[in-house]
Amino acid sequence: MFLTELDAPTPVLERSQDDSTPSRPAANGLALQLRGVAKSFGARHVLKELDLRVAPGEFVALVGRSGCGKSTLLRLIAGLDAPTDGRIDAGDAEERRLMFQDARLLPWKRVVDNVALGLTGSDVRDRAMEALVQVGLGGRAQDWPATLSGGQRQRVALARALVHRPRLLLLDEPLGALDALTRLEMHRLIEQLWRRHGFTALLVTHDVTEAVALADRVLLIDRGGIALDATVTLPRPRSRTAPGFAELEERVLRHIVGQMPLAG
Amino acid sequence: MKNRLLPWLLPAAILVAWELASRSGLLAARILPEPAAVLAAFWQLLRSGELAHHVAVSTVRAFSALAIGGGLGLLLGLLTGTWPRAEALLDTTLQMLRNIPALALIPLVILWFGIDEAAKLVLVAVGVFFPVYLNTFHGIRNVDRDLIEMARSYGLKGWQLYRQVILPGALPSILVGVRFSLGLMWVLLIVAETLSAQSGIGYLTMNAREFLQTDIVLVGILLYAALGKLADVAARALERAWLPWHRGYAPQGS
Repeated sequence: MFLTELDAPTPVLERSQDDSTPSRPAANGLALQLRGVAKSFGARHVLKELDLRVAPGEFVALVGRSGCGKSTLLRLIAGLDAPTDGRIDAGDAEERRLMFQDARLLPWKRVVDNVALGLTGSDVRDRAMEALVQVGLGGRAQDWPATLSGGQRQRVALARALVHRPRLLLLDEPLGALDALTRLEMHRLIEQLWRRHGFTALLVTHDVTEAVALADRVLLIDRGGIALDATVTLPRPRSRTAPGFAELEERVLRHIVGQMPLAG
Repeated sequence: MKNRLLPWLLPAAILVAWELASRSGLLAARILPEPAAVLAAFWQLLRSGELAHHVAVSTVRAFSALAIGGGLGLLLGLLTGTWPRAEALLDTTLQMLRNIPALALIPLVILWFGIDEAAKLVLVAVGVFFPVYLNTFHGIRNVDRDLIEMARSYGLKGWQLYRQVILPGALPSILVGVRFSLGLMWVLLIVAETLSAQSGIGYLTMNAREFLQTDIVLVGILLYAALGKLADVAARALERAWLPWHRGYAPQGS
């Protein structure tokens, strides 16, 4: 009943005309490589023999049904869990930062101190302030997290991740709990910061529109492996009404739902 | 305005009825002196300096015992909450001891420590130990695992993780234990001072009882009530000062 036809693994494209900001410092990004990665919890095999290569500076979205293992995969790459088998090359722990589904701000630290968490040096506060300004929350530095809205909290979490200048940013459905308008705002912000800093980004999401709007590549995780690897070549910043957007979205969705073979 | 006065209506009515009953001779002064007499006794004790002396003695006793018992509870709670090995070693024993009411230890405490200062300190310290211990233990254990995972992934470990995440996370629970202990502290002290004392509020009331000075007995009782309330207010102030981030205490918009 479920479509298992795989797209031929798309070779990683060199950044070309699809990128409207050629000045983006892709060299900051980290190359990510997974070989034969497997993860089981007891008798349940969540990920099987998974191979993946991500080029430096690439923005990859992982989509799939809930429980397909996409979050598990992200946690493995983040180093929070160890794979049962296989190899993951994802740089050092200091080179990657993870944004969680919930912001996970420390309620007893003011916003700026949350951003400064884990930083060392004499200019910690300045760096934290700078990151806060980048996410548009410079004015809330002295507030308690409890006084922020859900979207603001995720922006603080984003600042907290970016202040470490990660070469790989992992996003575990960070926008899942936000309302539609705030999500659009966050999409723009994440894309903007990604282009400025040039990190490699890996976004787990259940929202195909979000994946197509942000990613260079959309990977569909199913049955413990990559069931679809679609390259998105739409020019940025992407509009939902741009030609090709809806088709691509449809293509991924159909794959997920598994109703009919892939059209494109 | 009406709503603010309403809670005081009943106490005021009781006071008036009490005063009337005493004046009309319905209530013998030996049973219950009239409110005015209690007030007069209070005033006299205050002027003679007796009151300040006894209150000071009791307060020092109470807080010394709290420092010993609560401090030990905090220490052991942090220990068993942090290290599973310490929990395995200590927790079962402490949970068993917890089920013994502190007052049941009175005969033993008297045998061991006599009826001196030490006996009173031990009795109160044992009683206030458990609320602090239990709440510290649970506070440490119930710190949000997700926050700890986040902090670790941001490079925090060891003492930094403890100081920045685990301790502040456990603090609300620890303060609940402290507040509970503050209430218990006075209750236990009353019993301890009533048993035997040469000074303190308990001595004041027991001594007055000997001479049928019901007005002074009542002053003592009301003093305990006032001190208990004061301890509670202090505990709340502590929470407000140490948990400014907490939803329940945060001043709006700051």
